[in-house]
Amino acid sequence: MSTTTAQPRKTNRIGLDVVSYKGNKSTLCAGCGHNSISERIIECFYEMGVEPWRVAKFSGIGCSSKSPAYFLNLAHGFNSVHGRAPSVATGAMLANKNLIGITVSGDGDTASIGLGQFMHMLRRNVPQIYIIENNGVYGLTKGQFSATADYGAKLKTGVMNDLNPIDCCVEAIHLGATLVARSFSGDKRQLQAILKAAIAHHGLAIIDVISPCVTFNDHEGSTKSYSYMKEHDEPLHELDFVPAMEDISVEIAEGEVREIALYDGSKLRLKKLGRDYDPSDKLNAITALHEAEKSGHVLTGVLYADPARHHFIDLLNLVDEPLATLPESRTRPPRAVLDQLMEELR
Amino acid sequence: MSTIEVSPAVSGVQHPGQRVVNDFTLQVATVNGSGSQTANTVLMRALVQMGIPVSGKNLFPSNIAGLPTWFTIRASSKGYIGRKKEVNFLVAMNPETAQEDVRKLEPGAAAVYDEPLKLDAVRGDLHFYPVPFDKLVAPVCPEARLRKLVRNMIYVGVIANLLGIEMDEVRKALLKQFGARKAKAAELNWNAVVAGCDFAAQNLPKADRFLAQRMNATEGKIIIDGNAAAALGALFAGVTVVTWYPITPSSSLVESLIGYLKRFRIDPDTGKATFAVVQAEDELASIGMALGAGWAGARSMTATSGPGISLMAEFTGLGYYAELPAVIVDVQRVGPSTGLPTRTMQGDILSTALLSHGDTAHPLYFPSSPRECFTMTADAFELAEEFQTPVFVMSDLDLGMNNWMSDPFRYPETPIGRGKVLDAEDLNRLGSFARYRDVDGDGVGYRTLPGTNHPAAAYFTRGSGHNDRAGYSEREDDYMNNVDRLARKFETMRGRVPAPHTEISERAHIGLICAGTSRYAVEEARDLLREEHNIETSYLRLKAYPFGPELIDFLRRHERVYVIDQNRDGQLVLLMRLELEPELIAKLRSVRYYGGLPLDARSVTTEILGQEGLA
Repeated sequence: MSTTTAQPRKTNRIGLDVVSYKGNKSTLCAGCGHNSISERIIECFYEMGVEPWRVAKFSGIGCSSKSPAYFLNLAHGFNSVHGRAPSVATGAMLANKNLIGITVSGDGDTASIGLGQFMHMLRRNVPQIYIIENNGVYGLTKGQFSATADYGAKLKTGVMNDLNPIDCCVEAIHLGATLVARSFSGDKRQLQAILKAAIAHHGLAIIDVISPCVTFNDHEGSTKSYSYMKEHDEPLHELDFVPAMEDISVEIAEGEVREIALYDGSKLRLKKLGRDYDPSDKLNAITALHEAEKSGHVLTGVLYADPARHHFIDLLNLVDEPLATLPESRTRPPRAVLDQLMEELR
Repeated sequence: MSTIEVSPAVSGVQHPGQRVVNDFTLQVATVNGSGSQTANTVLMRALVQMGIPVSGKNLFPSNIAGLPTWFTIRASSKGYIGRKKEVNFLVAMNPETAQEDVRKLEPGAAAVYDEPLKLDAVRGDLHFYPVPFDKLVAPVCPEARLRKLVRNMIYVGVIANLLGIEMDEVRKALLKQFGARKAKAAELNWNAVVAGCDFAAQNLPKADRFLAQRMNATEGKIIIDGNAAAALGALFAGVTVVTWYPITPSSSLVESLIGYLKRFRIDPDTGKATFAVVQAEDELASIGMALGAGWAGARSMTATSGPGISLMAEFTGLGYYAELPAVIVDVQRVGPSTGLPTRTMQGDILSTALLSHGDTAHPLYFPSSPRECFTMTADAFELAEEFQTPVFVMSDLDLGMNNWMSDPFRYPETPIGRGKVLDAEDLNRLGSFARYRDVDGDGVGYRTLPGTNHPAAAYFTRGSGHNDRAGYSEREDDYMNNVDRLARKFETMRGRVPAPHTEISERAHIGLICAGTSRYAVEEARDLLREEHNIETSYLRLKAYPFGPELIDFLRRHERVYVIDQNRDGQLVLLMRLELEPELIAKLRSVRYYGGLPLDARSVTTEILGQEGLA
């Protein structure tokens, strides 16, 4: 054979290969849960066929906040100030409402220094995907407890946490995020389904991902370690993301499945596991989280969804085009307006 | 009303034939929340309509209702509109402060007061005009609950009669103030004005020397506060994202702007907004949103005051290093948070110029008038996008919250410039770009906006840890090259920001330098020094930082140069010292006022004469 035919590149629906969704090489520790999350982000944006240049990536400060450099190099990214990515993302979304925003934060970034901005972002239901890479410790400053560390959890040094944790999902459900989920960086399938739903969601999606820190918080006595999660992870349901363009009908017994209809026509199927969980019920969701905490389990899956609610940018009634690039004819009132105002002030 | 007392004039200053026309300071002392603002504005407006230059200054407490407040109107035929310490005409409505208010008056001054206060017993060298306000207001305002407000209009009538303010102009001002929609309220108030005027005509023979007389020095002028003027600057600059957190004295800026945006920036075809305004949870968030919006291409701004500036320090540093445009209007006031939030100060000059950590410097504008609030705020948007950096407009409480006479604003003649932004077409042509490379030698790189539909558009934004292609780097040479370029960019701004206003007098050995609202006192002080002491001065009013070469020329020309500051530490002079050669620093003298009131000319002349050895 004198010639060889190259295998056709595998591409998504907009003709891009998966390489177009990759980022720089990660500088995080080998085995860090955050790297798995970056992988899932790459896969999901690729499989969903999102134009990467429509995405804007945001982060604060910390190990987690470095990770936007490790996915979607074709998207603009902004590594901002500790705990303050929500305000930066809000401003950017105001400037260009057509952007798909994704913020990656950590438990220190979100639940301590950034708690105020996190809460107000929830209140506003700012449309974007907000991932908390939650490992219960500060990695870059060498392993101090964060505010999501569980009561009774132990540091490597043997120091025990004697304060109650902040549950970011409880806050998110309470204050107004419209898609709230918890997952585990080691659960590829669940995290993929949640991420895809978040991409399709019209509003704020909060995803709290337990993402073990292999260097400072993966030991015996930790409640955010791989082994602890393997033993205590309690998935609420089996998740299946059904894209808008596919309409696969699956034979499922009555009462075994719930469906969340998302903005773009896609659906998230929640297949019952053990109990029937209704993710549209706020009170039920918060109760379930409190009960799980008491019994030492980590509930994962879609905790709460209110996909039809208006988000912050909707409420502002902005013109269809991005504010950022409106021409002067639409942003500078004509001379007659100034003349009129001067007359009024005489 | 059995007797009406009018104390005969006993002052030795009194020369009945010597009238003082259009040169007086009228002070109304009331209680906060008593609704005197409308009455005072009517008086001020009526004087302007008579062609007399006036300024109005509200000295108010940090309080909703109940604490003392003073409104001062200065009329000056020569056009001096700075604060004048001496009060010639007092309206004493506040029992709490009345005695002290009277004690502070100049001999020969006049005092209108509420009759039961019996102020004529306090001093014998004044002209007293007692007015039974409660008795006068009752018949014109049958509704008892409105009397507290309407009684203020009584003094408007009394003053109009005593000073000779034309009643036609008072009526015109009152109707303007109330607007067509409140015609009924306007009539009620007008009746009170007439009652006051009639009472004075019948019972209060004119004994003082002060008079208002029609002249022609206000033709075409508008009346506006600096905050509304800055809001108009933003409106005509095409602002698209406004984020803020309420703080005195900047709140009215954004509130005015919201009003203008709702009127003039709703798309007529769709009814949708071409702007977004967000009241943030704090100043950390308001600056974060403004910078995020600037990063994504919006013309974004926030407005705040000193405590807010402090909170914005970290983000401003990021804005400087990551090179993000945003406009921050700082309406300066006395610090700190629990300080004198309703008193004025040039309190943030030094801290804002160098705000944040690391090596940082930020351009500042120093508006001195509503017109400059308008032009400089608009220009700040141009500068921010041209240089991709946060830009500060340093207004103050005196300018921002008081009403000023102003020439009308001019429509901006130059088109909006969006700076060095590459779009998809540019990228097709260029193939790629390096975000932080100094292609043009001015220190300013090219940027792309998120959402640009091109695979080469994206770059990663972070603080200083990057090379000129925006790649992550902690290398010594990358860091140094970057901060050196930022310094170069700042040097380019020196020639771009507005040049100072300069008046060189060939005979002058000394020069005066100031910025912002200090100008009114300083310009008046120059005349006083010339008229009273035959001292000729040159004058330079800074309009922006970084300072340009004009400052150095000015210092070289003069033996001594007085820098006038409205703060204790001489922040403006300190900022100059940071970059001047030692022989020029040696020429600098510092004049400082820091009492929380707008600067007055006498404070300036007294200090200069003292330092010149002439006091």
